[in-house]
Amino acid sequence: MSDHNQKLFGRRTVLKFSATAAISALAAPAYLRQALASETIKLGCIMDETGPLSLEGKPMVQTTKLAVDELNAAGGLLGRQIEMISYDTQSTMQLYTQYAQRLALQDKVDVVHGGLTSASREAIRPIFGRAQIPYFYNTLYEGGVCDRNTFCTGTTPAQTVNHLVEHGLKNWGKKTYVLAADYNFGQITTDWVRKFMAAGGGSVVGADFFPLDATNFSSTISRIQSTAPDFVVTVLVGGAQTGFYQQWESAGMKSKIPLASNVFGLSNEINSMSPSTTDGIVTCYGWYPGIDTPASKSFVEKMEKQFGGDLTGMSELDVTTYDGIMFWAQAVKKAASLDREAVLAALESGLSYDGPGGAVSLDPATHHTIRSTYLGQPKDRKWQVMETFAHQSPNDSGGQCDLKANPRLNKQFTPVI
Amino acid sequence: MDLAGLIAFNVVTGIATLCLITIGLGVIYGMMRIINLAHGELMMLGAFTCIIATEAGINIWISIFVLSPLVVGIIGLVLERTIIRFLYGRILDTMLATWGMSIGLTGLIVTVFGNNVRTLANPAPSFGIGAYSTSLYGLVIVAVAVGALGSLFALLRLTKFGLILRATMERPGMAAALGIKPDTVYMATFALGSALAGMAGAVLAPISGVSPVMGVAYITRAFITVLGGGAAIVTGTGLASMLFGTIDELVSFKASPVIGSVAMLMTAVVLIRIFPTGITGRFLRRSL
Repeated sequence: MSDHNQKLFGRRTVLKFSATAAISALAAPAYLRQALASETIKLGCIMDETGPLSLEGKPMVQTTKLAVDELNAAGGLLGRQIEMISYDTQSTMQLYTQYAQRLALQDKVDVVHGGLTSASREAIRPIFGRAQIPYFYNTLYEGGVCDRNTFCTGTTPAQTVNHLVEHGLKNWGKKTYVLAADYNFGQITTDWVRKFMAAGGGSVVGADFFPLDATNFSSTISRIQSTAPDFVVTVLVGGAQTGFYQQWESAGMKSKIPLASNVFGLSNEINSMSPSTTDGIVTCYGWYPGIDTPASKSFVEKMEKQFGGDLTGMSELDVTTYDGIMFWAQAVKKAASLDREAVLAALESGLSYDGPGGAVSLDPATHHTIRSTYLGQPKDRKWQVMETFAHQSPNDSGGQCDLKANPRLNKQFTPVI
Repeated sequence: MDLAGLIAFNVVTGIATLCLITIGLGVIYGMMRIINLAHGELMMLGAFTCIIATEAGINIWISIFVLSPLVVGIIGLVLERTIIRFLYGRILDTMLATWGMSIGLTGLIVTVFGNNVRTLANPAPSFGIGAYSTSLYGLVIVAVAVGALGSLFALLRLTKFGLILRATMERPGMAAALGIKPDTVYMATFALGSALAGMAGAVLAPISGVSPVMGVAYITRAFITVLGGGAAIVTGTGLASMLFGTIDELVSFKASPVIGSVAMLMTAVVLIRIFPTGITGRFLRRSL
């Protein structure tokens, strides 16, 4: 076998072949350039498409597909088609690091969009940082990530939680109670609530944290009643924790203490639960399916047309995913290259575009988006927008994160209480 | 005082919930020494049966107490005939097989109904304890748990079928020599355990979301309680639920839900260390 191989690929053959190749490359006929150009641009997607977090993750993968298909239909980028390489992390944390390594080392993708929970983001962010692959985290989160290689398009507490707290202080009272998922997202968001409450002259009278598979909330509902807050803020994540809203209603608490949340509604709760459970829960996001603008409507139509019955409720997560891909595409066009430095420089050049959620721009200093946010509540399985806040700045680091001035900064700013 | 009443109510409900999610597993483990890792998924199937039946217009109580146990009992029967019966006495193999079953059942339900959380309207109103209010559905859970333990006790103690069950459990060889088919008894036991799991899932459906992956949320607690309780099904499940349920609810109220779960696990570790065969392995050995 080895003899045969040697015969096939002898030194002379190889030399001859490379010489021919080199000469043809130098001569650079048009067909060859075409052949090189037909190599695809690789967009990596890493997301929980199945498992308990799939209610949030699957629509985000669908949006990624939609965005990539749209870009390809418009001729791709730099004359090349975009290939989406997608891995399903099955709501399992270990798979994140495995697949991230594979995207970085084996698939050698040009950009990565993905990561659902903040825990998963922190697991994969350093991997793409080391591999020098620009990374987009398109989920709303606790804010404060300051990393030159990372771009966060989702809303942050400085854009949403502050409005929820203001609404509560103005309409309900000075005392609140927080229920949150027990990992970095829930804990840091709770600290934000504490900070905003204190700034508004109120206080957090209690906070409970739950593991993602918590199903029994009776002891918490008793604790809430014994501290008698004016409103409750929920930062509960995942399928099991949606049980809280039902237990809250069946304990007769719904009519007594109002709820505000920056997570409720992201996993199709308004369709899966009865309106008597969901109506009136105040939320704050960068987009709602009911927003009455042409861009927003056409986004919903496009998603419905492409995925039809497979689509299970849309949310801000879909719009910010779409924004992330569009910003990246815009930067690649502007840089006219896929080179990381050129793309990062273009991304830091103050990009903006009109997305489904309105005008959005990418803040060069923080790598987060400046966008409109909205206060909304469900009524009869439809979102009602109550208030609009234009040009919300992702000012979670209090101006400390300036990646233009200090590109080597790589940390997450958390609220100081 | 009102608060004490509310907490007492929560503790009783917590104990009953634990009892309910454990009893089906307890029957299968106590009688057959099979560690059924698909227990959570059988509960999930019960919850799905209940939700589908209710959406089809069937009365919710009939769905919970008749349809769910029936459907899941039959599914259990089929699983026993096709998979479990070949693996009796091989504890590791049954664990692997039932684990596989649990993944398969989850996958099947995801494929058929999609990966979505569904909810069921709660049929019971809320009621007040002084200044506090809570769900009357807790009383339903307590009633079902007491009813299930009571009827299981009556079945084992008072009926001929119960006698046969107990005989097969203690000395399968001798029971076979007396003309009983252990094979049939095991089949019936597995179906009974499955039916109880299905009912538990259906009873809990109105207060928790129903999703194909809901089983994992219950399985750990059910296992701890079965192992803590030991071989006697009724007494063991009852005592272990009382111990763990009380600790979980009280510590959760005083500290936080996470600390509550930790306290419950710590108690279980200490308990198993002192009584490796569970509470009823040391005390009340002759009980059921």
